[in-house]
Amino acid sequence: MLIKILGPGCANCAALERVTRDALAQLGVDAEVVKVTGYAEIAAYGIMSTPGLVVDEQVLVAGRVPTTARVTELLAAHLAS
Amino acid sequence: MTVSPVRGLRAHPAARRWVLGLGAAVAWVVAYRSNAALWDWLVLDVGGLDPASRWGSGVHFFFYDSVKILLLLVAIVFVVTVARSFMSVERTRALLGGRREGLGNVAAAGLGVVTPFCSCSAVPAFIGFVSAGVPIGVTMSFLIASPMVNEVAIALLLGLFGPGATALYVGAGLVVAVAGGLVLGRVHAERWVEPFVFETRLRGQVVTATADLSWDDRLRMGWEEAVGILRRIWPYLLVGIGVGAVIHGWAPEDFFARYAGPGNPWAVPLAVVVGIPLYSNAAGILPLVEALHDKGLPMGTLLAFMMAVVALSLPEMILLRRVLRPPLIAVFVAVVGAGIVLVGYLFNAVLA
Repeated sequence: MLIKILGPGCANCAALERVTRDALAQLGVDAEVVKVTGYAEIAAYGIMSTPGLVVDEQVLVAGRVPTTARVTELLAAHLAS
Repeated sequence: MTVSPVRGLRAHPAARRWVLGLGAAVAWVVAYRSNAALWDWLVLDVGGLDPASRWGSGVHFFFYDSVKILLLLVAIVFVVTVARSFMSVERTRALLGGRREGLGNVAAAGLGVVTPFCSCSAVPAFIGFVSAGVPIGVTMSFLIASPMVNEVAIALLLGLFGPGATALYVGAGLVVAVAGGLVLGRVHAERWVEPFVFETRLRGQVVTATADLSWDDRLRMGWEEAVGILRRIWPYLLVGIGVGAVIHGWAPEDFFARYAGPGNPWAVPLAVVVGIPLYSNAAGILPLVEALHDKGLPMGTLLAFMMAVVALSLPEMILLRRVLRPPLIAVFVAVVGAGIVLVGYLFNAVLA
């Protein structure tokens, strides 16, 4: 599983990365987490509000920092599909 | 006996939400209503300070204002965030797509106020709008209105100066955003936009940030945002209220009015020039504005000062530099600055 955190590096992006790592730890899943900070690359995912959470090239969250529980739920659903 | 209603509420999340929400609302109203009496009692009766003395009025102002502003911020940021969870930058873009200048600028300014927006999203939003064919001028109206009409500022103006001043602030912000966008649309600003913006294509389906939210999600977002904003701005807030308290208690009655009052025609542009490098936010600046208003500074001058602090910040310009070339940033600052100065003069003339 390849996880990308989209955002220029403001507080919200850092929060999303922390939440995502917590969710991965809860699921006991090992995944590669990469940060994407280039604006052209962020925009190419079709999002206009940061931060964004992209899992295996699929945008799961944009424009807000969800709770750890919500990210855990999303990741579990993604793993099951 | 005591357990069953709780258990009943747990089984009915909607009912539990109503009870919690109602309880919080009642607690808020009680706290807001009793704030003045509480500090009258603690500072004046228990503390024994004279309300007419410098220490008395300064200390009372500090505590009373801190609590009042915290309560206002929590409530208004919560309500605004929940309301805004029905909007998103993506939806705004869809609404603005294909709009021409003129009406498009008005729509963009209005949407700039209601769309949830973090300043680090300014650049992705700019790229998204432009790549969807929204004209530069219309996009700039959105980007000007968004920080200019700020929900924290609305919350505080409403609490400190009432609905009249708040309506003036919102109206003036919209006028500056519409006019600014129209001017920027006329100067062929496309030349000063970094070329990669036009080359970027949004891939695949545009994701709407807030499409799949339940009411629980929206309420939680409201609460998290209120707490998050408080956590971020409390130092500014305390410094602002502290300076406000010093001005309140110690500044001579006519000190500010003599130098920056209605008699000084340079006061408004000066307020804007002083405001730009003061990177704070509305929460830190408004207690100051309140204290200065008490000392006789006219409302237009103060609004111009506040708008310059909030809308023309250096970090925002550094962010925009990633997509805009320096000439366009200079025009942006000049147009918005001129708009704010005009609004200041207008309000001073109308309210005098």
